[in-house]
Amino acid sequence: MSTRSSRALVDRLIFLGPATALLFLFFVVPVIVDVAIAFSDMGRNLKVTEFTTDNVRRLLGGDSRLTSIMGVTLTYVLCTLAIFNIGYGLLLALMTTALPDRAGGFFRAVWLLPRMSPSVVYALLWTWVVAPTNYGLLNQILQGLGLPLADMKSNAPMVLIILANGFIGASFGMIIFTSAIRSIPQHLFYAARVDGAGGLSIIRHITLPAIRWQLSFVTIYQALALLVSFEYIWLITNGGPFFDTTVYALYVYRRAFENGQYAYGAALALGLVVVGMAVALVLWRFFDMRALLQRPRIEVK
Amino acid sequence: MARIELRATSKTWDDVVAVEPTDLVIGDGEFVAILGPSGCGKSTTLFMLAGLYAPSGGDILFDGAAVNEVEARDRNVGIVFQSYALYPHMTVRDNILFPLRFKDVPREEALKRANAAADLVQVREYMERKPSQLSGGQQQRVALARALVKEPQLLLLDEPLSNLDASLRLTMRSEIRNLQRKLGVTTVLVTHDQIEATTMADRIICMSRGRIEQVGTAEDLYHRPDSLFVASFIGSPPINLLQANAAGGQLAVGDGRLPLDGRADGKVTLGVRPESVVLGEGSLQGRIDDLEPHGRETIYHLTTPLGGVRALEAGAVARHKLGDTLPFRFADSLVFSTDSGRRIDGARAIAA
Ligand SMILES: Nc1ncnc2c1ncn2[C@@H]1O[C@H](COP(=O)(O)OP(=O)(O)O)[C@@H](O)[C@H]1O
Ligand SMILES: [Mg+2]
Repeated sequence: MSTRSSRALVDRLIFLGPATALLFLFFVVPVIVDVAIAFSDMGRNLKVTEFTTDNVRRLLGGDSRLTSIMGVTLTYVLCTLAIFNIGYGLLLALMTTALPDRAGGFFRAVWLLPRMSPSVVYALLWTWVVAPTNYGLLNQILQGLGLPLADMKSNAPMVLIILANGFIGASFGMIIFTSAIRSIPQHLFYAARVDGAGGLSIIRHITLPAIRWQLSFVTIYQALALLVSFEYIWLITNGGPFFDTTVYALYVYRRAFENGQYAYGAALALGLVVVGMAVALVLWRFFDMRALLQRPRIEVK
Repeated sequence: MARIELRATSKTWDDVVAVEPTDLVIGDGEFVAILGPSGCGKSTTLFMLAGLYAPSGGDILFDGAAVNEVEARDRNVGIVFQSYALYPHMTVRDNILFPLRFKDVPREEALKRANAAADLVQVREYMERKPSQLSGGQQQRVALARALVKEPQLLLLDEPLSNLDASLRLTMRSEIRNLQRKLGVTTVLVTHDQIEATTMADRIICMSRGRIEQVGTAEDLYHRPDSLFVASFIGSPPINLLQANAAGGQLAVGDGRLPLDGRADGKVTLGVRPESVVLGEGSLQGRIDDLEPHGRETIYHLTTPLGGVRALEAGAVARHKLGDTLPFRFADSLVFSTDSGRRIDGARAIAA
């Protein structure tokens, strides 16, 4: 009896140990350090002289910029998610699965390219595309069409970062939705066609319900990813002009590493963790993920 | 209801010929079965009728009008798939209602018709359930209701019983048959099960490798098979096939000789149904090497000068023992040309 239970303990350690250790090292420890710094007065010199709640108070009401940062973040996350990561990803998946295999594969590969290129290269490409001079790709096209030159970086920076992130983000949903659509039994589509459904009705009544799980998953996953990542924004607009494209995560970075307000940055980061968890929980509930993850009741006869 | 006609209809996938150019007429209100081994092109033929596959050549006519260009959704056919293909996220009611969604049927009327269809196949009590909460037999009935609710002019059934257990299959067989008689809808059943085909259909279309081998009643196929394929595919236990040589009114089979009626020459195959082998009398001799009691009948495996012969004898008790050597004769037989595989009409070899 005792050997068996000690055996079970060893098994658990072997199977869960490595993952738990990693989680502890790279999530729990940083959060503890972050909390500690958030309640300190650490500044540019990295010295802590006292522990204080000033930073948290500033976060919860003392930072007048934070409201507009929240607005920018919400716009950025919602638009990128709805238009590109879900909307366009789904459209690509629907269209490329309707095409013959080879053509569909080609278009999917094209849309995967941005994801495969290094972020810095990709950001540079966008910088060149929207360069406000005569030589920017966009402006060359506009000139060719006899239209006035554009300066997206100054005049439509939000559109620019949504486009840049969306072009990358769409491929994730596209891949997942494609494989989900492929796994729908062909006979369901046949049955729907015989029953009188046209293309759009089939998408609405057969395809979308069948990939509901994947739609929910990509929404939650990408919402969180968009909330915390800022590398393309940082590389393309650096959050500017002024704070117009500074999303929350980038704001954390700018406060901490550009202004040297490490303690306030840590408090802001703590806020992001809380918001991220809240968003995840709300979406989880909204999509009823627990029910979706349950084992389906299928009777095999 | 419709009269269905295939004119040189064929289907090719890249280089695979699934269905060779085929001519066929299915009468208005007729119940036909397409019977053949797996992969012979039965489903492909059915899907062409449904409008799911476009024929590679030839025409399909409904009531004399070509429907090649008519979309599946405009053909007004009902189909039951082997997998049933019920919409998994919809309740039974919504599944049955689905085909009516796309017709201008008022909600009230649609519900009434769905209920009627559900009553027809006795699934009324499961209307609120999802397909995953139904047994295979219940799913099958729902699929049937969904196919019938739009009052199709053609009902297509793709191996509808193959996923059911044996006793349920028996019940569904007669239920589908009765339903079809009651509604009078032209019906095409696809199956690889000869019993299903012979018990349900008015007429059987026997297919092999993308070609129609023979069209006829169960009796035609059993007693007058056109080819070796049909002869060996139909009948259980299978027909005895003995290689033989015909010359001068005699048939040389193995080490034995049989008198030959009719005209045949050269290499032929002699086909003898197991029940045409009469044991205990006649001029031939054989030894029982194996026997299978089936309760109502017994199957004997004999070693004879002609080769191995299977014999079937009715009766609850086996009359012969393993190892017995006994006389036998052929009460009837069929003769096929070995090269072409065609039956030679009028030829028979009967050993007295
Ligand atoms: N969609 C398809 N693509 C390519 N080949 C197919 C397709 N459907 C069927 N076939 C081929 O056509 C032949 C006939 O198939 P099928 O009609 O499904 O046979 P059955 O229903 O008699 O078992 C098979 O050789 C099969 O591999
Ligand atoms: Mg088939």
